[in-house]
Amino acid sequence: MATKSYAGVNVEVNDEGYMTDSSQWTKEIATDIAKQEGVELTDKHFEVLDYIRDKVASGATLTIRGINKSGVVDAKSFYQMFPGAPLKKSTKIAGVPKPESCI
Amino acid sequence: MENNEKVPLKKVLLICSKGSIEDVYAALVMGNGAVMEGIETKLFFTFFGLDAITKKTMNKLHTSTVGNSAMRMPGGLPFPTLLGALPGVEAGVSAMMKKQMEKLDIPNVEEFLELIVAGGGEIFACKLAADMFGLKKEDFYEDVKAIITVGDLYEMCDGPGTQIIFT
Repeated sequence: MATKSYAGVNVEVNDEGYMTDSSQWTKEIATDIAKQEGVELTDKHFEVLDYIRDKVASGATLTIRGINKSGVVDAKSFYQMFPGAPLKKSTKIAGVPKPESCI
Repeated sequence: MENNEKVPLKKVLLICSKGSIEDVYAALVMGNGAVMEGIETKLFFTFFGLDAITKKTMNKLHTSTVGNSAMRMPGGLPFPTLLGALPGVEAGVSAMMKKQMEKLDIPNVEEFLELIVAGGGEIFACKLAADMFGLKKEDFYEDVKAIITVGDLYEMCDGPGTQIIFT
């Protein structure tokens, strides 16, 4: 367990850099993590991050299929918004654990 | 001198040559998983695997109840091969399997291909097998990029960090 400073705040993160206390999350922290991941956050990004945080808070498993059906964003735009590994990247930025899902 | 440098996986090419639910899904799950990791992904369907990308058959795949030694009854008892040979049993078992998959949020074949393509994955059909089965481009799912030869396939496998996986 380690702490990392994002947007001037010390947050708890695990070995892979995922925040371990989701309640510490703020939009400023998200913007700072996103910058490190090479993503510039727009309002649309925050809509998706809100969806992800709600979903995780409700105990649901995140999948690309779920995101595609969310009505917030389709799979294609999701891949474009968080290029590379979108589910891993977006959850990191959203301050929630790395999803344990194969789909 | 030993070279210990690790080369991350950059590109995968998955070959699917069989048309049962489990064989096709092995390729789809691994393909989609690779796309999700940001790995360049190509899926190549050949022989009976073509069923997974043929419009008429793609959402009607079965799992074999005959000669499948791992097949069990619900509850874990062995599944007699003779029972599996009865008309309708294979369809019933396949329907049950699909229901179970839906519960786990596993998409059907068409939706899975859609997600893979949405993430930048590419889908190809084997020319020789397509000729054998008399299938044309218009018989295939619309996101099938091209019908290609084995030579084309190997040409796509260039570069370090490339793997070919046969399911």
